[in-house]
Amino acid sequence: MGVGIEVKNLNAWYGSNHTLQDITLNIPANHATALIGPSGCGKSTFVRCLNRMHETNPIARATGTVRIGDLDIYEDAKPVQIRRRVGMVFQRPNPFPTMSIYDNVASGLKLNGYSNRRAMDEIVEKSLKNSALWDEVKDDLKKKSGASLSGGQQQRLCIARALAVDPEVLLMDEPASALDPVSTSKIEDLIFQLKSQYTIVIVTHNMQQAARVAEKTGFFLNGRLVEFDATHKIFTNPSDKRTEDYITGRFG
Amino acid sequence: MSSDTFRLRTRMRAVTDDAVTVLAILATVLVIAPLVAIFAYLLYKGASSLNLAFFTKIPKPVGETGGGMANAIIGSGVLLAIASILGVPIGIGGGIFLAEFGRGTKLANAVRFTADVLNGVPSIVMGMAIYVLIVKPHIAWLPFTGHFSAFAGGVALGIMMVPTVCRTTEEMLLMVPHAVREAALGLGIPNWRSVLSITVKTASPGIITGCMLAFARVAGETAPLIFTAFGNNFWSVSPNNAIEALPLQIYVYALSPYDEWHRLAWAGSLVLIVLIVLAVALVRWVTSRGVLKGAS
Amino acid sequence: MTRIRFQQSLDELKENLLVMAGLAEQAIQRAIEAYRVRDLSICDLVSRSENAINRLEREIDQSALDLLAMEQPMAIDLRFILSVIKINADLERVGDAAKSISDRVRNMEQMAVAELPVDIPRMATLATEMVRKSLQSFIEADAELARSVLTMDDAVDAINRAAYKALTKVMEEQSHIAPQAFNALMISRSLERVADHATNIAEDVIFWVQGDDVRHFKSVEKDGKKKSQPST
Repeated sequence: MGVGIEVKNLNAWYGSNHTLQDITLNIPANHATALIGPSGCGKSTFVRCLNRMHETNPIARATGTVRIGDLDIYEDAKPVQIRRRVGMVFQRPNPFPTMSIYDNVASGLKLNGYSNRRAMDEIVEKSLKNSALWDEVKDDLKKKSGASLSGGQQQRLCIARALAVDPEVLLMDEPASALDPVSTSKIEDLIFQLKSQYTIVIVTHNMQQAARVAEKTGFFLNGRLVEFDATHKIFTNPSDKRTEDYITGRFG
Repeated sequence: MSSDTFRLRTRMRAVTDDAVTVLAILATVLVIAPLVAIFAYLLYKGASSLNLAFFTKIPKPVGETGGGMANAIIGSGVLLAIASILGVPIGIGGGIFLAEFGRGTKLANAVRFTADVLNGVPSIVMGMAIYVLIVKPHIAWLPFTGHFSAFAGGVALGIMMVPTVCRTTEEMLLMVPHAVREAALGLGIPNWRSVLSITVKTASPGIITGCMLAFARVAGETAPLIFTAFGNNFWSVSPNNAIEALPLQIYVYALSPYDEWHRLAWAGSLVLIVLIVLAVALVRWVTSRGVLKGAS
Repeated sequence: MTRIRFQQSLDELKENLLVMAGLAEQAIQRAIEAYRVRDLSICDLVSRSENAINRLEREIDQSALDLLAMEQPMAIDLRFILSVIKINADLERVGDAAKSISDRVRNMEQMAVAELPVDIPRMATLATEMVRKSLQSFIEADAELARSVLTMDDAVDAINRAAYKALTKVMEEQSHIAPQAFNALMISRSLERVADHATNIAEDVIFWVQGDDVRHFKSVEKDGKKKSQPST
C-alpha cells in the first residue's frame, strides 16, 4: 500500500547553487503525481531528495522536512533504509549487465541479505507480472541477461526490480523519454495499474503523458514550485501565468 | 566549383585514402614482424631440443647430455603462484580503493603516485630490495628470512605485479557506467555491497585482463630472481628453499660456455613464451565461459 | 517568441471567424431591412450570402480540427479553439435565421400590410445589438462586455412571449389578417433565436477568456425578474 509524502520548506544546494527553494507540497497516497517544468528547473533534484539519492553527489545538501508516511526521512532514518521503501526508476534503463533477468529482479533482495529461495521465485514472478513483462520473459529468466532485452523491456525490467523490494513509493524520472511510442504506452498503462498499490511520483517533459497518467501535477520553474493542482485544471485553466506560458509553449 | 576540379579533388582524396591505408598496414607489419621473427627463430633453434626428457628431468651435471628443465618450469609455476597470491588481491584492493572509496582524497593521490613510482623501479633494484629486506636478515621468529627462498622471489615478483593490477583495476572500475551504480544505490543496497557485487563484477573482464598483463610481464622477469630465488638445480617446490625459474635458468645457461646448455636455453625460451601464451588463453577461456550469452 | 507559426494559425482562425461573423451580421441586417421596406431584391442578397456562410463554416471547423490534432493546444489555446468551433456553429444558425426571416418577407409580399401588435423593429434592434456586442467581446477578448450581453436576453425573451400571446389572439379573432400575424410570429421567433445565439457566443467568450462555464446558469422567475446571477 502506498503512503502520502509531505514536504515542508525543502531547500537543496549543489555546491553554491541553490537548486530548490522552499518547496512545500503534499503528494497524495495511491495516486500518481506528475512534475513538469523546463530543463534545469529542479524537478529531478526534488525527486532525488525524496529518496536521498541527491546525497550521492558529494557537493549536494538539503534542508527541510520530508515525511514519507509518518517517517521523517532526514531525521529518523539512514539513506539505505529509505531507499528500500522508496524505489526509483531512471531515465535510461539500467539493468545490471552481468546478471540474468531473474538475478536483476532479485538483486534488491539478494544483495540486501534475503535468502529464501522459494519466496524469491514467487516475488520475482509477481514483480515481473506487475510490470507487464512476465509473459515475454518467463522462459528465459535465468538464461538471458538483462542487457539483451529491448529498450522498452529493459525499462519494465527496471520497474520489476524496483517493485521486488516492495516499496511504498515509486519515483520515476522521465521513465519513457528514451522509449518509442508503443513502449511508452505500455509503461503508462502500467503506471495506471500500479497506482492502486503504490504512490507514484513521475517527472516528465511530456505534458500529454502527465495528463494521461497523473491526478495531480506540479509545475517547477527555476527551483520553485509555481503551481500544484489537479491535472485537468493545470492543463485547461492554470492559475499562474507562468504555468500557462510553459504549457502553451510560449516563451519570450 | 567546376566539375573538373571536383573530379580531381575526389581522385586525390581516394589516392590519399589508399596511401594512408598502405601506411597503416605497413606499420602493423613492422610491429608484428619482430614478434613473428622472434617466435620463428625460437622455433628453429629450440624445437629440435624439445623432447619428453626436457619436460620431466632435472638438469644433468656439466658435460652430460640429456636432462631437462622440468624443475625450472615447476619453479616458475610456484613463484608465479606466490606472486599472484600476493600481487592480485593487493592490486585489486588498491584499485577498488582508488576508484570507489578514495576518489579525490589526498590519500588516493598518494597511493596512485606510489604505484606509478613502483612501476618504474628497475627489476634488479626490486630484487636487491627484497634481498635486503627478506633474504639477508636472520630473524629467528620470522619464517622465510635469512636465506634465498621461493618466497622471497615470489614477493619480489608480486610487488612488481601490484602497480599494473592496481591501475588497470582502477581504470576498469571507472569505466563502469554511473547508471549501474545509481541503480544499485536506488535499491537501498549498501555502498560496499554495491561496489563488490555489482561494480567490480561488471568490470571483472577488464580487471582479469589487467591481472594477466601483470602475470605475463613478471613471468619473464629474471633480474629480481637472481638475489631472491637464486636458482636450484634439484627438485624443489617448498617456498622456504631456493627455487629454480625458467627465465633464470635460461639466463644462466645462455651465459655458460657449454653448447649443451645453450641448446637447452633456446628450448627453454621457446617453452617460456608458449607457456605464457597458453596461461593467458586458459584464463580467457575459463572466464568467457562464465559470461552470459547475449550480454553486450 | 516561440510557437510563432501556431500563433499565426490562431490569428488566422480568428480572422476567418470574424469574416464569417461579418457575413452573418450583414445577413440579419439585410433581412430586417427587407422586412422594413418590403424589398425582394434584398431577399435575394440574403439567399446568396447563405452559401458563403455555409462554406466558411466548413472551412473554419476543418482548420480548428487540424489545429487540435497537430498542435496539442493547452489551457487558453484549447479553450480558444473550442470556443471558435462553437461560435462558428452559432453564427451559421444566425445566418439560417436571417434566411428564415427573408423567406417570411417573400411570403408576405402578396399580402396586404397589416397593423400588428408587435414591435418587430425594436426586437430586431435589440437582437442585432446583442450580436454586435457579443462579437465585439470576442474581438477584444472582453469578458465583462460578454456578460453584459447575457443580461439583454431576458428583454428579448419578454418581447417574444408577449408577441406570441398577442399574435395568437390576432390569429383567432381577426382571421382576415391571420397569415400576416403568422408570418410576424415566425419572424419574432427567428429574432428570439438570434438573441439566443448571441447569448451563446457571449458565454463562449467568457469560457475562453476566464475558463468559467456560465451556461444555463441564469434562471428567471415567472414574473420576469432574474433569480440568480451567473457566477464569476
